[in-house]
Amino acid sequence: MGRSRFHALVPAAVLTMLAGAASAQQRAEVIHWWTSGGESAAVRVFAEQFTKAGGTWVDTAIAGGANARTAAINRTVGGDPPTAMQFNTGKQFDDLVENNLLADVDSVAAAQNWKAILPEAIISAVSRNGKFYAVPVNIHGQNWVWYNKSVLEKVGAAEPKSWDEAIVVLEKIKAAGLIPLAFSGQKNWERDLFNTVMLDKAGPVVWNGIYTQRSEAAARSAEFRAAVETFAKLRNYVDAGSPGRNWNDATALVIQGRAGMQVMGDWAKGEFAAANKMAGKDFGCTLFGSKGGGYVIGGDVFAFPKQKDASRTGAQMLLAKTMLEPETQILFAQKKGSIPVRTDLDTSALDICAQKAAGLMKDKSQQVASVQMLAPPAMNGAMEDVISQFWNGPSTTTDQFIEKVVGVLKQRY
Amino acid sequence: MPGFPRRLTSRAAAGLALLPALTILLVAHLGSTSWTIWISLTSSRMLPNSNFVGLRQYETLLNNDRWLVSAQNLAVFGTLMVVGSLLVGLLLAIAIDQRLRVENTLRSIFLYPFSMSFVVTGLAWQWMLNPTHGIQKLVRGWGFETFQFDWIVRQETVIYTLVFAGIWHAAGLVMAIMLAGLRGIDEEIWKASRVDGIPAWRTYVSIVIPMLGASFATAGILLSASVVRLYDLAVAMTNGGPGLASEVPAKFVMDHLFERGNLGLAAAAATSMLVTVVSIAAPLLYARSRARTAETRR
Repeated sequence: MGRSRFHALVPAAVLTMLAGAASAQQRAEVIHWWTSGGESAAVRVFAEQFTKAGGTWVDTAIAGGANARTAAINRTVGGDPPTAMQFNTGKQFDDLVENNLLADVDSVAAAQNWKAILPEAIISAVSRNGKFYAVPVNIHGQNWVWYNKSVLEKVGAAEPKSWDEAIVVLEKIKAAGLIPLAFSGQKNWERDLFNTVMLDKAGPVVWNGIYTQRSEAAARSAEFRAAVETFAKLRNYVDAGSPGRNWNDATALVIQGRAGMQVMGDWAKGEFAAANKMAGKDFGCTLFGSKGGGYVIGGDVFAFPKQKDASRTGAQMLLAKTMLEPETQILFAQKKGSIPVRTDLDTSALDICAQKAAGLMKDKSQQVASVQMLAPPAMNGAMEDVISQFWNGPSTTTDQFIEKVVGVLKQRY
Repeated sequence: MPGFPRRLTSRAAAGLALLPALTILLVAHLGSTSWTIWISLTSSRMLPNSNFVGLRQYETLLNNDRWLVSAQNLAVFGTLMVVGSLLVGLLLAIAIDQRLRVENTLRSIFLYPFSMSFVVTGLAWQWMLNPTHGIQKLVRGWGFETFQFDWIVRQETVIYTLVFAGIWHAAGLVMAIMLAGLRGIDEEIWKASRVDGIPAWRTYVSIVIPMLGASFATAGILLSASVVRLYDLAVAMTNGGPGLASEVPAKFVMDHLFERGNLGLAAAAATSMLVTVVSIAAPLLYARSRARTAETRR
């Protein structure tokens, strides 16, 4: 019994070793959190392109961004790093760079001339001390307003251009007996809704004042106060089932015509697409930026932990290069609902919302960086807590809320 | 003479058998605990560092609204959930103790919730309590248009929905423990009280329940442990919302440990939880050990 099992194992072990030796050069284990239908279709684009380029893609998908990042960080600190790991564009990998755990990708950046083809905000988000430490793969707009065209038609409203106009439309939808604003009452979406209102009412100067300079004056400005008051009004336009709802369930309400509009990043397009709804025909997309600059950009990047085995570095550089190739970029964006991170590509193959976004990407004054790019996770979390408390506690006054925001800005992170 | 070495070997064997447990205790429990306390005194963010900052993290913690709300929520949840589960469990046990014919079936039904994870419990109750597709919608569908049951989406009431789900989950276990206690009570006591013409409820209140002290203690300790650990139920049912109204300390620790990359603050929160538990448990354990010594002396 024992002997026969041993005999059976030997060839298998030898085969595994041979296979390992053959592809060790270009074998890449990638940790990411793209597990939903549209997301996994998108990540398959990377896998296929990498295979075409001569690599072997080993997929380690972990559901939930926080879980995936935690697993990847723990393995890196523990000395068994993956080949590549996903982060949101921004400050999530700061500590890894500071502790000298990431390899730079300067060679690829120079070969592909990143400095010329990537937007400035993205360049500063992936470089530290003059070196590139991650490859940005896409741009997601975070402050889109999606609306059901037939609902707006039914109540006789045109596409709103600002939150002040939107409130008039929401009021009409409410009068028609529908849910005006489809909302998912979880802390991060409460924060995104607040930010969307804040950018429109207060503009990029206050936005950067809060999230970059952490300035008390910005929080005490009249513009910020106006934003808080508008945000508070929106409580009247969500339904009783919104607390705790998932974002895609809120999107479904808009798709089914039970709700008028939703504020969500462009990943929501995947839901519309899955329900066979066409951008511009069944649903519309718009951005509010009354003070100039109304597009909040974020996205995803892949970082490459330093490897003990030098042969693995080759796979890392091949992967970085493949991810930014024009063909990969377009195919990926189509599946993911994002737009390519390169500004030098022909985007006519993308839907009208993505084309609108790609147009905005050519004008720097139209963009603001997402909070993930500007502030550390600890501060964004503290802001979430304060915003969530205010949104759900109508008895909190605007003054009390502003004091709490000032408290968040003054804390050390 | 031959007894001496044998005693020695048996002692060595006992020591050997205890070694794995002792190692786990020293490394996993004491080691991790002291490491956590150390980290709570540093400025660690996403990765641990050894930059000593004294009690700064604790100062931040005590000024943190969310932490204060979490602690308060746990106190409310803990008190109501432990008392409620003991009460419901006891009543169920007494009901079953009436020698019903369907005892086995009922016992399984009552114990069934305990076999489910908190995540499943939380999700099921979330669906039922959600006003737009749960009980409220059902009753309104029957024609009671003004019926309102939206506790889970209101800040003032959401914590009681957690208590409710907690009791639903734990009452079965308490019932099993209490039933074992009830069955352990001497039949003679019942016979005597019947002879004296004492009504059954009176016998329960004045004689039987006071004799169930050990069962209450066992159930109480099990329940208290699950209160301190409260995390998955809150995550699955409300994810801490609406606002901060159902946040709990363990969730504070987890969120700051991972998503928010703030090891120092998370460690300070974990240490505060430990200190609280120890300061409540230590006097109790001390009193119990004194009582036990007094008993053996007698």
